[in-house]
Amino acid sequence: MRTLRVFGNMLRDSFGYVTYGSRTYHIWMIFLTIVMLLGMYCYSIQLEQGLSATGMTDRVSWGLYISNFTFLVGVAAAAVMLVMPTYILHDIDFKQAVLLGEGLAVAALVMCLAFIIADMGGPWVVWHMIPGIGVFNFPNSMLTWDVIVLNGYLFINFSIPLYILYCHYQGKEAKHEVYVPGSILSVFWAVGIHLVTAFLYEGLQARPFWNNALLGPRFLASAFAAGPALIILVLALIRKFTDFSIADKTIKKIALIVTVAAQINLIMLVSELFKEFYAPTHHSESAFYLYFGMDGKTALLPWIWTAIPLNVFATVMLTFHRFRNNFKVLYFCCFILFIAIWIEKGFGLIVPGFIPGPYGKIAEYTPTWIEIWVTLGIWAMGAFVFTILAKAAIGIELGELRYKKKEVLEPENV
Amino acid sequence: MENKKKWFQLDLGLNNKQAASETCGCGKTEGGCGLDSVKPKNQYSITAEEFDAAVERELMEDTAVGQTKKDGFQQVFDVRMDRRTAFRKLTASLLVGAGAIHTSCSVTAGEEAKEKAQIDWEEQFKGNYKLMTKEEKQATVDRLVRSYQLRKKKNIKMSSTDALEDVLFGYAFNISKCQGYMNCVSACVEENNQDRNSQMQYIRIHEMKDGQGFKFHEADDNYYHEVPAEGHFYMGTQCFHCDNPPCVNVCPVQATWREEDGLVVIDYDWCIGCRYCMAACPYDGRRFNWSKPEVLEEEVNKNQHYLGNRMRKKGVMEKCTFCVQRSRSGQDPACVEACPTGARIFGNLLDSNSTIRWVLENKQVFRLKEDLGTEPKFWYFMD
Repeated sequence: MRTLRVFGNMLRDSFGYVTYGSRTYHIWMIFLTIVMLLGMYCYSIQLEQGLSATGMTDRVSWGLYISNFTFLVGVAAAAVMLVMPTYILHDIDFKQAVLLGEGLAVAALVMCLAFIIADMGGPWVVWHMIPGIGVFNFPNSMLTWDVIVLNGYLFINFSIPLYILYCHYQGKEAKHEVYVPGSILSVFWAVGIHLVTAFLYEGLQARPFWNNALLGPRFLASAFAAGPALIILVLALIRKFTDFSIADKTIKKIALIVTVAAQINLIMLVSELFKEFYAPTHHSESAFYLYFGMDGKTALLPWIWTAIPLNVFATVMLTFHRFRNNFKVLYFCCFILFIAIWIEKGFGLIVPGFIPGPYGKIAEYTPTWIEIWVTLGIWAMGAFVFTILAKAAIGIELGELRYKKKEVLEPENV
Repeated sequence: MENKKKWFQLDLGLNNKQAASETCGCGKTEGGCGLDSVKPKNQYSITAEEFDAAVERELMEDTAVGQTKKDGFQQVFDVRMDRRTAFRKLTASLLVGAGAIHTSCSVTAGEEAKEKAQIDWEEQFKGNYKLMTKEEKQATVDRLVRSYQLRKKKNIKMSSTDALEDVLFGYAFNISKCQGYMNCVSACVEENNQDRNSQMQYIRIHEMKDGQGFKFHEADDNYYHEVPAEGHFYMGTQCFHCDNPPCVNVCPVQATWREEDGLVVIDYDWCIGCRYCMAACPYDGRRFNWSKPEVLEEEVNKNQHYLGNRMRKKGVMEKCTFCVQRSRSGQDPACVEACPTGARIFGNLLDSNSTIRWVLENKQVFRLKEDLGTEPKFWYFMD
């Protein structure tokens, strides 16, 4: 009972805390709300018209939604890069960052699930997929694996920070033996969610562009570059706008992770390009289409030729200690790396999988405005969720949010 | 009267009472309350007090006799049911209850509207066709037929025939004979009630240049000129009904499966529209309803099968079923019948006297993308 009372108090206090803030904070939240509402309006049009409101067709049947889904799974998985050193290697530096990293994972997962729902032809029969009520084609369908790992990961990443914050809210230290096993599990789980998501594509013999053993490892490498890059940017913003202190050392360590992952990602990219272009086969056509266009169809060229130089440039810059340790350069590099990987792993991965089609037909895909606004709406929702989680977490960590002192001092609680 | 009902109606235990009192459970006698929309017209009315007294009397009787007869609640709650049935009943009762309140308060809602609403709820919460019993299959087919009758004032014939024993369907395509007339394509569209707006077609005819072999990527599968074009040959593709279908494995809800007679079918009502099967198909065999499919009423083929050419809705997959509504009643698929050149051959692979067996035994046949291990039941051959 007491637990529930404290928890209720925590929710109430947090609600009060997140609805109160500076003018910048309010403008930010209003902006996100407007984008979300626009996204919802566009989604309502899509529900009414069907998926013909999007640019997808029978020839290219997955587009912007699934691209973003794939990318965001990677962002979610990257939270592990902070969890591991903090909870398992007891590296104190990361402790402040880790709550935020897990918050980011929760927000990313919420976006992932939203993108899946947005992509579905029949969101009103989603209960067909609930195990026990519907029919869950486990273990045959990789999609059911993905449902399990994503929801499991969401649960882990929600419960660990919740427990820690719940303890801190009462002015207590969180018990190691409670959350460390969960953290260790989440490390394996994070690798799992991204590998399973890669298997979703890798397991399709119909699509040679995806049916490639490097896809899974490359997913991991790019995720561990893009995810922590986003975390660095978020930490930079939090440092600027709140009193929450984040040591330079923390950011530098995360930057090192980004650098190593980006380097590995680049090596894999070279390996992939070599395989596709040194001895091109029929199966290299998708790569040809992606990098050079085919039959005068060149819709993806601007995208991929933006992504590759940005990726290479950012990785090279980050490799030099002098540039990496200069925060202005670091933030810039993280930003362009994030954009580069978003393109490469979203558009650059999903769309060419369908082009050319099973019989060589080249039909291009361009997202419609409806699709773009729904996507922006979901991103705004993710940012909204993260802002709320981060603000409450920071409030508790800074001690601005505390359970009534009197009860904390009661002997049973000490 | 109860036995003659064409569709399944949820039993909330109220019909039991009704037998004694000849009125609906809500006590209303006129207009209906939505729970019992098909009661006979010539009924006598009782007051609310009389009804309460009747209920009380019955309850008393139950306790006195030691509950030899189950009352309504026990009938509903004292039955063994698995989780799915339980969920379905619970949700359905909640929703039907809400609907009942709505319709009983509404003066405009007619009997038909209530019946439609009832059917819609039943349809929304029915299970996967593959796992249904024979009775459940019949019930959903009846509901769909009745629903069409209520909406369009037209009768359709819908079958739920299962696969026959000792039948395995196969298909052969004679490349030398095909002239690219596309009669098969239009026959297929008409037979299978495909969306006319998006011009959905299950069959694609690829026009290839003579002397260059099978170059699908250089072929034209969307031509509008006179055929046969000089120096070209034609090759048709559609769903190949693989024996090891990749699309079936990937479906997260088992909305698509391989039937005993080899047909790969879809339960349109169970499909959630994720399009994973479409990504998994190496033969471009699947189509998606990007909008609400539309067919002019006079063009609707009313001879339908649940797994075949019945009307689809937006947001679900569909595909060639070798015209299950025809093939399971001994006819050839529409494309085979429509082909003026005899390039298309269909039959039972297990029947050693069938034409398809003759082709497989006497011609040099091949299949597309055999390296993928999908084992299509669609062969190509030349004279």
